Amino acid sequence: MRIAKETVEHVANLARLYLSEEEKAEMTEKLNSILDYMDKLNELDTSDVEPTAHVIPIKNVFREDVVQESLPLEKALENAPDRDGNFFRVPRIIEE
Amino acid sequence: MNYETVIGLEVHVELFTKSKVFCGCSTEFGGDPNTHCCPVCLGMPGVLPVTNKKAVEYAIKAGLALNCEIAEYSKFDRKNYFYPDLPKAYQISQYDLPLAKNGYIEIEVGGKTRRIGITRVHLEEDAGKLVHEEGKGYSLVDLNRTGVPLIEIVSEPDMRSPEEAWLYLNKLKSILQYIEVSDCKMEEGSLRCDVNISIRPEGSDAFGTKIEIKNLGSFKAVRRSLEYEEKRQREVLEDGGSLIQETRRWDEARGITVSMRSKEEAHDYRYFPDPDLVPMVLDRDWIEEIKANLPELPDARKERYMREFGLPAYDAGVITSSRALSDFYEECIVHYHDPKTVSNWVMVEMMGLMNEQGLEVEQIRFKPKQLANMLSMIDKGTISGKIAKEVFRDMFETGKDPETIVREKGLVQISDESELEKIAKKVIDENPKSVQDYKNGKEKALGFLVGQMMKETRGKANPQMVNDILKKLLG
Repeated sequence: MRIAKETVEHVANLARLYLSEEEKAEMTEKLNSILDYMDKLNELDTSDVEPTAHVIPIKNVFREDVVQESLPLEKALENAPDRDGNFFRVPRIIEE
Repeated sequence: MNYETVIGLEVHVELFTKSKVFCGCSTEFGGDPNTHCCPVCLGMPGVLPVTNKKAVEYAIKAGLALNCEIAEYSKFDRKNYFYPDLPKAYQISQYDLPLAKNGYIEIEVGGKTRRIGITRVHLEEDAGKLVHEEGKGYSLVDLNRTGVPLIEIVSEPDMRSPEEAWLYLNKLKSILQYIEVSDCKMEEGSLRCDVNISIRPEGSDAFGTKIEIKNLGSFKAVRRSLEYEEKRQREVLEDGGSLIQETRRWDEARGITVSMRSKEEAHDYRYFPDPDLVPMVLDRDWIEEIKANLPELPDARKERYMREFGLPAYDAGVITSSRALSDFYEECIVHYHDPKTVSNWVMVEMMGLMNEQGLEVEQIRFKPKQLANMLSMIDKGTISGKIAKEVFRDMFETGKDPETIVREKGLVQISDESELEKIAKKVIDENPKSVQDYKNGKEKALGFLVGQMMKETRGKANPQMVNDILKKLLG
């Protein structure tokens, strides 16, 4: 087992996922089996293969620097769970 | 024990493209909250960002001006973290393949040139702005800034004093303004700076414990916080204590750094390539074209001023430190023959008033040609150098032509011999003691009489003629 329960807890916390004890155990097992599968893949000799960041062979898709209309304010805020005037409103962020 | 200070800087600069980096929303500063937003920058599901070519061009331009190698192949990555100013819960940035790396800039420290390495320059999107109202249980979010293109410029830990860090920042700002990729206004947040500082025993190669400082609102704050921090770290070590790697916040009012104890564990951004954005393969011809179109940079311009205009290194350095100031200066000397006279007026009178009133070159009310005209009026004897200062101040305040100011205020220099003689006689009659002193060989008495004549004419008398006339009349 290369992934301990603590690692699962850490990753879950980073992703803001709240797992029960059973789920943690299940995830630990599943993540380990994924890593085992990676080991299988690692048996392939890829020394002559460029690392792949993208699977589709497209490059250099750009747009020109032209301003387009933004959403009307009401549309932009339509899905906001909470608002205050023109602003989105969120629980207080404590910086210190 | 003697300690050596080691400083590295991370500078974020907003590029002044018209539209955001991955969508067409305006980048304009100061719009009503959340009015420059669209599904892409709001992080709605199912949208597709498309890279602004101008932003890539500006980042490359900055990389070239900072003597970097430009990548052949570059891509965007997602930097994952949760924060309300980041609607997608990731920032599009660059991880292992930045647009530019391995550059440097040169600074002058104590008459010597020091080269400060630039590790990398990468392109990313800015986050939104949070507003915290005092005593309220919530924060407000404005996402207008979300998606404005930023470049992050990371230096090597090559600086050895707060002064070097300050010089580096000034040089960096100057270069970025010259190449016109950003206005670098720290007060509007278009330039932001985080610093890393550690100290180590002199002669040691290993780095000491690194402290990061945040919340730096000005170059002066950067310098002061570093001065405070190098002293603090030395004292901790000298007292036998040890430092912990941490982030500290600069408290401007108290002039100290304070530990930021965040509950959040160490950052773990889980970077991975952004599948929405295809890689960039940067055409060498395009890079060459950008390079060929780079303007003259501050160091080159400084040298040219010394060579072509015969300016002292100090003058050339001060004037070329800002593109706007330097352009203003060059426009002046198109209309006036003596570059050194212009640099004196610009550095002393003009910059003096600018500092006094907190004005930028762009806010100056008069045109360069008006300063040139005023200097010509001194040469022609229309006004004295002393009166010129008064004219200059008026011109600085109102933007009026110097000719108009001189006419309206009646400041034309009195160079009429008979008129000056009349005044001289009056002064001589009224000051018999000084006259006697002068005749007894006290040269200083003449100065007093000259002063009296200036007082009579409210500074308008031609000083050379006053001298000559007084000497003549006193025999």
